[in-house]
Amino acid sequence: MSTASRNIVIGGEAGQGLATVGQLLTKSLARAGHAVHVTQDYMSRIRGGHNTYSIRTGPESHPAPCDAIDILVALNQETVTRHKADLAPDGVVLLDESLDAEGARALALPLKDLAPKPIFENVAALGALCGMLGLDPAVPRTLLSQNFAKKGEAVVAQNLEVLDKALEWVGGSSHGLAPLPAPGTVGEQLMMNGNEAISLGAMAAGVRCCFFYPMTPGTSIAQNLINHGGPLGIVVEQVEDEIAALNMASGSAAAGARTIVNTSGGGLALMSEAVSMLGVSETPVVIAVAQRPGPATGLPTRTEQADLNLALYAGHGEFPRAIYTPGDVPECFELTRAAFDTAEKLQSPVFVLTDQYLADSFRSVAPFEVRPATPPVLPLKTVDDPAAYKRYAFTESGVSPRLMPGFGTALVLTDSHEHTEDGHITEDIGIRNRMQEKRLRKECAIFGDIVPPQRFGAEDAELLLVSWGSTKGALREAVDLLSAAGKKAAGLHFAQVWPLNQGLFLDALKAAQRTFCVELNSTGQFAGLVRQHTGFAFDRLVLKYDGRAITAQYIVDAVLAADAA
Amino acid sequence: MVKIEDFGEFTTSWCPGCGNFPILKAVKQALVELDLAPHQVLMVSGIGQAAKLPHYMRANGFNGLHGRSLPAAQGARLANTSLKVLVNSGDGCSYGEGGNHFLAAIRRNLDITLMAHDNQIYGLTKGQASPMTMEGHKTKTQPGGVISSQFNPIAVAVGLGASWVARSFAGDIEHMVEMIKAAVNHRGFSLLDIMQPCVSFNKVNTFAWYKERCYRLPDDYDPTDWEAAMKKSQEFADGIPIGVIYRNDRPCYESRVPVLAGDPLCAREVDYDAVEAVMRRYA
Repeated sequence: MSTASRNIVIGGEAGQGLATVGQLLTKSLARAGHAVHVTQDYMSRIRGGHNTYSIRTGPESHPAPCDAIDILVALNQETVTRHKADLAPDGVVLLDESLDAEGARALALPLKDLAPKPIFENVAALGALCGMLGLDPAVPRTLLSQNFAKKGEAVVAQNLEVLDKALEWVGGSSHGLAPLPAPGTVGEQLMMNGNEAISLGAMAAGVRCCFFYPMTPGTSIAQNLINHGGPLGIVVEQVEDEIAALNMASGSAAAGARTIVNTSGGGLALMSEAVSMLGVSETPVVIAVAQRPGPATGLPTRTEQADLNLALYAGHGEFPRAIYTPGDVPECFELTRAAFDTAEKLQSPVFVLTDQYLADSFRSVAPFEVRPATPPVLPLKTVDDPAAYKRYAFTESGVSPRLMPGFGTALVLTDSHEHTEDGHITEDIGIRNRMQEKRLRKECAIFGDIVPPQRFGAEDAELLLVSWGSTKGALREAVDLLSAAGKKAAGLHFAQVWPLNQGLFLDALKAAQRTFCVELNSTGQFAGLVRQHTGFAFDRLVLKYDGRAITAQYIVDAVLAADAA
Repeated sequence: MVKIEDFGEFTTSWCPGCGNFPILKAVKQALVELDLAPHQVLMVSGIGQAAKLPHYMRANGFNGLHGRSLPAAQGARLANTSLKVLVNSGDGCSYGEGGNHFLAAIRRNLDITLMAHDNQIYGLTKGQASPMTMEGHKTKTQPGGVISSQFNPIAVAVGLGASWVARSFAGDIEHMVEMIKAAVNHRGFSLLDIMQPCVSFNKVNTFAWYKERCYRLPDDYDPTDWEAAMKKSQEFADGIPIGVIYRNDRPCYESRVPVLAGDPLCAREVDYDAVEAVMRRYA
């Protein structure tokens, strides 16, 4: 066990409240100043099955999952059976005294004594965990008081009593775990997952409309906007299907409202034609896609990065787009906000591509600056010469002034055909060619804004590991582990995968002796994209497509095996 | 005062004698009588011959994808509730490709108007059966005659409790103008199904065929009587009632969503203090 971090895995059936314990504990840890990283692994069912909520925490913990378990919280027997082999050498199982530790080091809780009713068992477990980790009891006490305040003083008092009893019981027990080292001074921390940060980024960007059809793991983006969007002037509508969602978005965005649509791969497949509509009609919409493993229904609640090609190529015909691939929670916030400005500059669809792991992964993060550094890029309300206004006017940049219809006498005609400058259907060869070139030229308007790949590790690395999207944390830890093992290793994380600017990364790839592209898919889609556009071929692909999040150790093992070969 | 000339004159790609001409004329006349200027309306359509209508009049327009006019129209309406949103698309677009959106728009009851140009055939793609083509009607792609039963948009709309359901006939401009005005004035989703001949590809349901069957609902017909409306919705082959078949006072979507009260959403500025307050809830 690292002295500075703990990996706590809570396991049980769906419906047993493992996420409740998990969320209370993670919030307590974050408030106490620890770094927190959550991986949620759940089955596609409401009751039963086997789910885990894994918390990696400590003053200097890595934002990535890991394999060895320090504290296994078993809400049922199956959790012990499945995970006891993953316990670290001094790891311990925390379980109710009615369960069997199956020979593992264990701390058996008298839950029936600690909790007067089953409903309080979660709080008893929270107390036991806080005690084992050595958290200041004031932190969970304050959290519970705030959490149950709406239910009245009596409920708060009952919960605090259970918490105190559990803390006291653990204090008198001998679990043998050292308390977590005290964190250094950290400022206020938020507990937020990827989808929550995407929603907040959209709010900070001034999103006005969100249309969605429920699809795991994308749904909670809309849910967050429903929960918080009312006072902000945001309308969220659950629509009849994904086709409706993106077509409705094309209407609201053409009318001038900043619009987001959230979905997963299957939903994006249904939206393909509307993506193309956004391209030809030059309409800006942000499409947030939380990937899950396919093909088709695949593994509905698990994680994968196999829809990069879909986001790249969805929609018939040729038109510009941008694809952001945030690697952590702050990037989910920043890049979603940026996506709205990029969409407006490009007057085209822009994707924020994540996956189930990041969507559901709660992290401790510093508060964001919600006010943007530069004013948002917005469409016009009026123009100087309304009679002369043309929605698709030819310009040097390819970007035509975009006007909201209805605020002046100028008329706006948005069209799905090839069209003239004023939006009317045309089949004229000359206009067709100029319009197609105009649309493609717009990509130059955002070329200067492309997010440069982020590099970490040795400057003169021999081994260069590349990631995009949610594997950033694991990659960064893998680089640390390889460096500690005496390898000259570095990582290069792409938070934007389209458009590519090879000037920002090709030299680095060529300078390394061996290059590895790490992806959660089975064909190496990003490596293929890089090769297609630069000719550069990675030496090795490190792939994973079992639907579970990647760990640093998985990457290290693959890199060392290839390096030895 | 808005004049009919404000809406301009355009060369069209419609066949001479097409039912779309009188419908376009009626749309313009209704807007004049409603005193709605071109910049105050948004004409939305999908794909088909009828769906080219936004290209043939001066107004704000959104000509989207086949079958998807209703979602786009509702999105625009949500973004800007000061716009009058009128949808013109054919029976294939509105009831075939867009069938699910048709059901959802009726249920959602946003304040928009759908004018379904219903010629019971696919015109733009040259004569395949539409959901409105009658059983037994032979086409090039249904050489043995249409097997599927004919769609009944009026019965479906009345059955779902749509807030305003009417039918008109392209051969009766005065009636269409009256119906379009009433549809636009209705607060909620309005369905106006307009029977129109397709002179090139529907040799069964011709101008004469409709002329013979379309009759105005009598003055004593009560469009608020749901059961009478359901019964009326079943009439077609032997007589097609035109007029308001059903209406109710169901509140429109806009009146039930507090966020939509006030300035159009698209014109609002970001309240960063409110965003900051949301963020603090995650602490």
